[in-house]
Amino acid sequence: MKLIWGKLFALIGVLIALVMNPQSVSGRELIKIPPGSYQSAYRNEGDPVQVQVDGFLMDALPVTNDQFFNFVKDDQRWRRSARNDLLADSHYLSHWKGDLDPAGPNHYLDSPVTNVSWFAAVEYCRSRGKRLPTINEWEYAASAGLTTLEGSGELGFNQYVLEWYSRPAPPVLPAVGNSARNFFGIGDMHGLIWEWVLDFNSILVSGESRGDGGLERELFCGAGAIRSANVNDYPAFMRFGLRSSLQARYTVNNLGFRCAADLLGSGINEND
Amino acid sequence: MKNYLKRILLLTSVLLFIFDAGVLAEQRLQVPLAYAPDAGKTLTRSPGKVRVDLETKEVTGRLADGVEYNFWTFGGTVPGPIIRIVEGDEVEFHLNNHPSSKMPHNIDLHAVTGPGGGAAASLTAPGHTSTFSFKALSAGLYVYHCATAPVGMHIANGMYGLILVEPEGGLPPVDREFYVVQSDFYTKGKYGQEGLQPFSMEKAIDEHADYVVFNGSVGAMVGDNAVRAKVGETVRLFIGNGGPNLVSSFHVIGEIFDTVYTEGGILPNQKNVQSTLIPAGGSAIVEFKVEVPGTLILVDHSIFRAFNKGAIAMIKVEGEDNSTVYSGKQADTIYLPEGGAIQEVLVASEESLTPMSHQERLSRGQRLYEQNCAACHQMEGQGIVGVFPPLASSDYLMEDLERAIGIVINGLEGEIIVNGERYNNIMPSQRLTDSDIANVIGYISNAWGNEGRLYSAPEVATIRASLKSH
Repeated sequence: MKLIWGKLFALIGVLIALVMNPQSVSGRELIKIPPGSYQSAYRNEGDPVQVQVDGFLMDALPVTNDQFFNFVKDDQRWRRSARNDLLADSHYLSHWKGDLDPAGPNHYLDSPVTNVSWFAAVEYCRSRGKRLPTINEWEYAASAGLTTLEGSGELGFNQYVLEWYSRPAPPVLPAVGNSARNFFGIGDMHGLIWEWVLDFNSILVSGESRGDGGLERELFCGAGAIRSANVNDYPAFMRFGLRSSLQARYTVNNLGFRCAADLLGSGINEND
Repeated sequence: MKNYLKRILLLTSVLLFIFDAGVLAEQRLQVPLAYAPDAGKTLTRSPGKVRVDLETKEVTGRLADGVEYNFWTFGGTVPGPIIRIVEGDEVEFHLNNHPSSKMPHNIDLHAVTGPGGGAAASLTAPGHTSTFSFKALSAGLYVYHCATAPVGMHIANGMYGLILVEPEGGLPPVDREFYVVQSDFYTKGKYGQEGLQPFSMEKAIDEHADYVVFNGSVGAMVGDNAVRAKVGETVRLFIGNGGPNLVSSFHVIGEIFDTVYTEGGILPNQKNVQSTLIPAGGSAIVEFKVEVPGTLILVDHSIFRAFNKGAIAMIKVEGEDNSTVYSGKQADTIYLPEGGAIQEVLVASEESLTPMSHQERLSRGQRLYEQNCAACHQMEGQGIVGVFPPLASSDYLMEDLERAIGIVINGLEGEIIVNGERYNNIMPSQRLTDSDIANVIGYISNAWGNEGRLYSAPEVATIRASLKSH
């Protein structure tokens, strides 16, 4: 009797999971993010505290080495051997054993691909009929907690995120999809890698982070607290700090990406 | 004619090449870096073109015994190395962010005149290098630190050090120079709580430091790691304060600063100073001649930081006694501004849920000793003659361990004789659990040549109860 109940519960569980998230079986699904708003750490004078974001589609997980390998297999312009110094610096895919051998001692094939430039990320997404998410889309998707829309309201959420930023990079980068999905059904927004966004250099923190309140860009960072919506959102400051330190050709050991798409007319290629 | 032209072209390009190579090969003197407590070497050279290479790196390391922390560093250590250059130097500065770094970093050198002290020119992604140049316009002892957002967190995690811009010809010669930086740390667990402790943003914002340390960790410069000097030598300390929050009341127990360069300026502007204020993000240079042998103890004289948060470092002075300067034998009366009553030190401790092995009990006892007892009784239990009685080979301790347990529970006031030496001081009662008391007494009575038995927690409880009933 007990067994039957157990099986019934399991079946109901699977059904619910399928109804909620019909593509979850592949683990590489696009998630529909409903329109909404989030509180930006940075804003221009006159901007509202809450930034409105339209609905969009977003990869549930970051792009893996395996997926990126399929991309360079098809498009040899983006192989390591064909690297153009204007489009990617010398670390490009340096963690791979070879041009067409994505293995390596410090990652798995389904670890997020890193050491890729913005140009390469943009091209990858375009080849899949997608694009990189914007800062606002990424930050909005990342602001969700595990069970609610606003992670900052969940006990331990900020501390968890902060602790990942504080820890040195692990010797072996874990695979994607090992942490709990957030409220939107998206995974690995925190705790695995940094991610490229489409307009990464549109909000610049100057190197001198404490003086940014007085810049012509009228942005804030660090101690000034002039135009910060929330001076305690350290994780957001760190993400903006990192983005500001980048150029589009840069590649970094723990910087990867995921793709996004518009809700309409995206023409998504689901094979990857 | 064509040949002639070709030759000219060839000659020109060769000349250009040589000239170019000459420019590229322009000899820039690499500035050596010294790691605390080593202060490096005095510079006697004249100003010129120099190059500094400094690496930013994120490492997990020891904050206290049993306590680890994710440090963000310059050069892999906290503090970062001391950089010594000469006033007038033209410095080409290379900031290299290690590829394993998670964070972008930059550097603000207080010795630099210009936007952000270099920070505006040095924001560096992991695995990249930034280069900028500056001229060292003003001699002095300056702090450098990371200024990437959120600045407070980058500093709180350990990103600071000192850059000394020496006046041409150098500072006046002394016998010994040491490099010490004070700083405060904010951890999720309280002082001494074991394991890898994450940064606590709340405590940092509230400015409630769990640790105040010299040179990056509790006990970085005590015991075997203490620095040494000889009687008659003059010692110069380059003291920095990385903060992020606390101002230091820097003091050396048992010395008077003969000379202080207040706030790290280049003027020896004060004589005979007991304690000097060092602002967060500031420095001082102090000099003193050591007259008698013994251990000099560096503290932040905001004194609970010293005895309860780790702000202690040591200079061991060797040489002949000089009884005119210091007799070492005279009894002192003790001034007690807070009254004569025995005070309680609040040191709560988590009970272990699983039974501990003999060895685990001793090592737990050792940690407890280093946290609660070593500040007075010293790391090797040797005490300080006439002030804090010794525990190593102590007749008073070993003749009655139950009495010793009672002293830990209730404290002790009044005169006692230990190994023939008279002591008249106050030991505060220690609020430790019964099992912690059993462990710390177990450690003390089996360390440094002592041999005693291990008491159990119930035995300590019995002693505690019998003390109450009296």
